[in-house]
Amino acid sequence: MSEAHPWPHKDLLDISRLTVDEIMHLLDTARSFHEINRRPVKKVPTLKGKTIMLFFAENSTRTKTSFDVAGKRLSADTHALGKSGSSIQKGETLKDTALTLQAMNPDVVVLRDSSSGAAQFLAERLRCSVVNAGDGWHAHPTQALLDAFSLREAWGGEFAGKTLLILGDMAHSRVARSNANLLSRLGVKLRFCAPRTLLPAGRHLWPGEFFSDLNEAVRGVDAVMCLRLQLERQQAGLLPDLRDYSSRYCLTMRHLALAKSGARVLHPGPMNRGLEISSDIADSDASLVLNQVEAGVAVRMAVLYLCATRAEHAPHL
Amino acid sequence: MLFLHNARYLGQMCDLLVRDGRVAAFGPSGSLTAPAEADAVDAGGRILFPSFIDAHVHLRDPGFEWKEDIRTGLAAAAHGGIGHVLCMANTDPVNDNAAVTRDILAKAMTAHPHGPFAHPIAAATMGLDGKALAPLGELKEAGCIAVSNDGRPLADTEILRRVMEYGADLGLILIDHCEDPWLARGAHMNEGDMSGRLGLRGQPDAAEAIQADRDILLAEYLDLPVHIAHVSASRTLEVIRRGKERGVKVTAETCPHYLLLTEEALAGYDSNAKVNPPLRTRADVEAMRDAVKSGLIDIMVTDHAPHAAHEKEHPVDQAPNGITGLDTSVTLLWSLVEEGVLDEDDLIRLYCRRPGEIFGIPTNTFQHGDPADFFLFDPNPEWVVSPKTLYSKSANTPWLGKTLKGRVAAHWIGGVKVV
Repeated sequence: MSEAHPWPHKDLLDISRLTVDEIMHLLDTARSFHEINRRPVKKVPTLKGKTIMLFFAENSTRTKTSFDVAGKRLSADTHALGKSGSSIQKGETLKDTALTLQAMNPDVVVLRDSSSGAAQFLAERLRCSVVNAGDGWHAHPTQALLDAFSLREAWGGEFAGKTLLILGDMAHSRVARSNANLLSRLGVKLRFCAPRTLLPAGRHLWPGEFFSDLNEAVRGVDAVMCLRLQLERQQAGLLPDLRDYSSRYCLTMRHLALAKSGARVLHPGPMNRGLEISSDIADSDASLVLNQVEAGVAVRMAVLYLCATRAEHAPHL
Repeated sequence: MLFLHNARYLGQMCDLLVRDGRVAAFGPSGSLTAPAEADAVDAGGRILFPSFIDAHVHLRDPGFEWKEDIRTGLAAAAHGGIGHVLCMANTDPVNDNAAVTRDILAKAMTAHPHGPFAHPIAAATMGLDGKALAPLGELKEAGCIAVSNDGRPLADTEILRRVMEYGADLGLILIDHCEDPWLARGAHMNEGDMSGRLGLRGQPDAAEAIQADRDILLAEYLDLPVHIAHVSASRTLEVIRRGKERGVKVTAETCPHYLLLTEEALAGYDSNAKVNPPLRTRADVEAMRDAVKSGLIDIMVTDHAPHAAHEKEHPVDQAPNGITGLDTSVTLLWSLVEEGVLDEDDLIRLYCRRPGEIFGIPTNTFQHGDPADFFLFDPNPEWVVSPKTLYSKSANTPWLGKTLKGRVAAHWIGGVKVV
């Protein structure tokens, strides 16, 4: 990927649409923004004059803020529409909201929506770039990219031969889906661990090994990615109670001692301390949680930059 | 009087003479002498079928006329080679009283006096709420042909039993939409590889098979008939097969989309492929094809379920279930004939003879005195499925925008040309 070969995608909907070369180019681009983010003056004029709409139809504070910071550091104008302020609550359909946004001629629309497929739905109807900031249980590509970025830094650039355990509610997790796709293609060996009630359908297609016992799953791994447990899963009858769940699936120092020495722990946030991750791990040197947040800004700068300066005739979808 | 000549019927060139709305004579080309006063029609070698019977249709009228009304629904049926339409009770108001039944029949007779004919299906329970029996005697007298709680599967097995019993005395067979309401709760598609990939809640095929097995056991215990609606899954076929082998009076139907599409149709989040029961796997499609060929599945239906474009144009989890079918089913089934899955006589058995037997509707077997209900199918013209080419008000079909081959060229019901 060079000046002669500009970014070929109008949208970022899902990791599976990117080649490994494109993923690495994106991570390299993020690296240069990461360095800028640590300078005293963090703003660059790259996207001056560009307009970015942050359309978050589902509640989110950190991802929206991360995209907002990323856009502003690139000198783009960012405008946020939240759920309470948006017309979705007044019964406007996603289609009409999309067309309304379009009419304001943005360069990029960043979408968070509770419906799987919402980002594709929007991308099919908008001429501008659509960046998926999480659609239902389906995909969260920038999260997976920032996780890969953090692991790349922590592992000294090596992915091949490393083993990562994804722990927790995979059935309802866009983070798990996007990470499984991305990290497996970079050569990471994956393990998955959760009670069967929180495992996805079609497990034979998932690129890794499934475990129900955390003690077994964590043995010898290079990193553990804890997923957030939504409390509504218990209300839906998928779990007996949270105490029972945390006694079997909360990652503790005792588990981490079974992993490879120096193993790191990730969490997409916000954390339920004591439920899926013990507080002492969250605060330990093993935790990459704050590195992930920092990487998030750099990765989103790279995504916004590449989409906003893409090839003029980047194919639709 | 009508003299149709040069028509292909089961591979043979035939002539047909119609008098007073009935078949007067039928035989190989050249075997009949046309009376001078007969209107001669050259079929041009097109394929002759007896009019089909579609036993599972949502005409949406009264109450949802923006999706479909009786006039447009029956027009789509006419152009799909369908002469009799059994229409489901989930209208607004629900067809749980004679006034609604009479309203449907009157509208159909006004819009299409010569057919296609609408046969209302009585709601099994008041308001389809699954709690209190609908007045099936009154509904039967008003003209209902069968009974069903379609769209709102009966969770309460005791109610199901009483519907079967009370309906049996009236000659009303229960058409049951089999779906375990708890296993299927909140589902948008089949549970499996594709739902896992797309991140959409799925329902397991067991949700259908469990209820079908319940119905069959109950029918066996009561020694009464039951008809299993829109079978979609191989697991359900096994349940039906075992029931039939034991001699249970169980019959079953399926739709063209369960013979032609898999859950892959949802890969791009196409909400027009969202239907209940959901599209299943390749293995299910193969098993369904074997079952229609062998007769394990008795009849073809469309489960024509129109929705307006603005209702379907949403992310999948916000779109309603349903696929239209009246305009396209004969064309889609013909593609299975061309594939060698079915032959012309299979189509007649599945879509005319058997539904006629099950629901007591006289059909045309081209014997002297049979109703002169027949259509000519031209297998050659290619057409693009679009709101312009469909007679239904709605175009919510996964074949929207696709090119199909073959269409009904002409259709007579009771000897009257309706297309």
